[in-house]
Amino acid sequence: MTPRIYFDNAATTALDPEVLEAMMPYLTSNFGNPSSIYSYGRESRMGIEAARKSVAKILNAHPAEIFFTSGGTESSNTAITAAIKDLGCKHIISSPIEHHATLHTVEHLYQAGEAALSYVKILPNGHIDLADLESILSNSKEKCLVTLMHANNEIGNMFDINVVGNLCKKYNAIFHSDTVQTVGHFPFDLRNTPVHFITGAGHKFHGPKGVGILYINENVRIKPFINGGSQERNMRAGTENLYGIVGFAKALELATTHHEAHVNHIKEIKHYMYDQLKKHIKGVSFNGDPLGNSLYTVLSVSFPKSEKSEMLLFNLDINHICASGGSACTSGADAGSHVIRCINHNPNQVTVRFSFSKNNTKDEVDIVVEKLKEVI
Amino acid sequence: MLKLPVYLDNNATTPMDPRVLETMIPYFTENFGNAASRNHPFGWAAEEAVDYAREQVAQLIGADPKEIIFTSGATEGDNLAIKGVYEMYASKGNHIITVTTEHKAVLDTCKHIEKLGGEVTYLSVKEDGLIDIKDLEAAIKPTTILISIMYANNEVGVIQPIKEIAALAKKNGILFFSDATQAVGKIPVNVIADGIDLMTFTGHKMYGPKGIGALYVRRKNPRVKVTAQMDGGGHERGMRSGTLNVPGIVGFGKACELCRLEMEQDAKHTSVLRDKLENALCQIEESYVNGNKEHRLPHVANISFKHVEGEGLLMGFNKNIALSSGSACTSASLEPSYVLKALGLGDDLAHSSLRFGLSRFTTEEQIDYTIEQITNTVLKLRDMSPLWEMYKEGIDLNSIEWAHH
Repeated sequence: MTPRIYFDNAATTALDPEVLEAMMPYLTSNFGNPSSIYSYGRESRMGIEAARKSVAKILNAHPAEIFFTSGGTESSNTAITAAIKDLGCKHIISSPIEHHATLHTVEHLYQAGEAALSYVKILPNGHIDLADLESILSNSKEKCLVTLMHANNEIGNMFDINVVGNLCKKYNAIFHSDTVQTVGHFPFDLRNTPVHFITGAGHKFHGPKGVGILYINENVRIKPFINGGSQERNMRAGTENLYGIVGFAKALELATTHHEAHVNHIKEIKHYMYDQLKKHIKGVSFNGDPLGNSLYTVLSVSFPKSEKSEMLLFNLDINHICASGGSACTSGADAGSHVIRCINHNPNQVTVRFSFSKNNTKDEVDIVVEKLKEVI
Repeated sequence: MLKLPVYLDNNATTPMDPRVLETMIPYFTENFGNAASRNHPFGWAAEEAVDYAREQVAQLIGADPKEIIFTSGATEGDNLAIKGVYEMYASKGNHIITVTTEHKAVLDTCKHIEKLGGEVTYLSVKEDGLIDIKDLEAAIKPTTILISIMYANNEVGVIQPIKEIAALAKKNGILFFSDATQAVGKIPVNVIADGIDLMTFTGHKMYGPKGIGALYVRRKNPRVKVTAQMDGGGHERGMRSGTLNVPGIVGFGKACELCRLEMEQDAKHTSVLRDKLENALCQIEESYVNGNKEHRLPHVANISFKHVEGEGLLMGFNKNIALSSGSACTSASLEPSYVLKALGLGDDLAHSSLRFGLSRFTTEEQIDYTIEQITNTVLKLRDMSPLWEMYKEGIDLNSIEWAHH
């Protein structure tokens, strides 16, 4: 069988064997319920607390600010809902290119009459219009929640989290950033970042699925989103996903240790693919700001539409190349990508998201570009 | 040689069956795809595995695979069921009936509902831990939208009269939700025969992984809907968004399949050992079994040893036997169990209780060791206890006025 090329790392990444190794004791002999007080339970509790300390240290936060959840979606839902219900925000400012975990949550709150809702303008290059954000903030008479993603999962656009955070601070707004695409890919310094909530998901950086974090700045107090036992210091009830948590921390440790090497390696692949596509595919264009302030793992490409290219993803798959049209969460729908629609009005293009990991190579790019030449 | 510590707290969590882990490993390694990725084989392999697991889970409880919503565990399932019904059926009413001996995940969620303006009736239980069906009938109001009663209790193991509750709910057009976390996989649970409308359960109580559970939501007679509590990509037919925990789901499915195939054998194995343990410990003077012994899970026993300090009891053998005095979720606190108090036990008896939860891996050797250790500890503690001395001298301890410090 021809080896597959996996260029869909923004959807999910392969679990690192070292991470699985760290999880194994907790999948076998150390199985105790972390709330139990005998040795089995204490060992589990120690595993979780060590993970929390490690995650906190890497993000330069306090361990008491790190809460483990079932993933990015739960974390974003928790933060956004709490900002409205517990922190007194009456006006949500978001953007039309957020992940659905954010968009559907803010729409839900808006429709329930819990808050007003504004969308900040998106510039043609996919970046948020900071002047527009400031104008919405300054014109708002009510306390605002700003919820904007740090890096877009479809086009890779990033912003300076400090710049947006300081703007929020200036107008006394609560700031939540969906950082699912950047935790494990970006060096956070939360103690020196004006943000109230950030979110992370293990499976986006070679950790396990079913586990995530919510960072809650120590200066805000919220009520739990899921009620029940007293786990996570009364903030998130439910028996902890022990091995998931241990795996999350291990994956983040590995990502941090090798951060620079990974960035260099993946950025080179991305830029190489950008150059090769430009060189070899006529009429190709790129969404967002691929060579500017952009996540090094994501390259969103638009190809001219033709009879052949309409079947592009299908043809890539036949050739053992895994990529996606947009977010995995919506890739089944025919509706197309809300992100691409927002920044690119050209109906005569087919968009493919290529997203890379440390496991990819330039040779793979060569193969993919060769195939693309045939199927465009 | 007996390997220590002996683990007898399987109501808190079970070890994973090695066959379950084996099934999960490929989804930790080569099959790592996102089940929502529709354009390539990594996604399809993940989706296929999830579909297969959904069938395994559904089959265990007699449901249709489309009626299974994967969650992160029973607590999330309890939250989704209760809050989801409360929001979805708001136009019909705002009254929920539950029981004082429910798990915290249900009770805390109900408290939250009360803060939102809902009305909740908390039924008390009889001395044997079962509800009186007449109390339930009397509590029903025109505004009642949900009856939330657990299948089997996590501390004493008693099994509630599920079919009678379901019949009463149906007769009154009320939805019936059951937290069946302790029952599913251990005793036959069939949502059709039992008449359950919503039901939650979890992997790690039945030799599966932690961090994964399911909510059953009935699709016909009646078609039940819940308002999603987590919005996003619209996974799980819009009722629960979030990237699917594929290895967890695969493991959960396998655990369900094993429980279905081996339930009879497991129940026989654990009940024989449980009875041996219980009979031996009941030989100790002034020891009492808590809860109805007839309507009870086959692997659970809850026993109180009068005039023995519970903490001392646990400390006596804690290093060698993993046991708890009640729910793990509250085991760090020194408060006596609210479940045992609801059964009418005084602080003294509630404080001196032990919960035993056996598993398919429990051996006779472990039980013999446990009997010996606990018997010795109880006798030793009583030897040192002035209360026991007074009791033996025939002094009525209830008549003593204690000095308060």
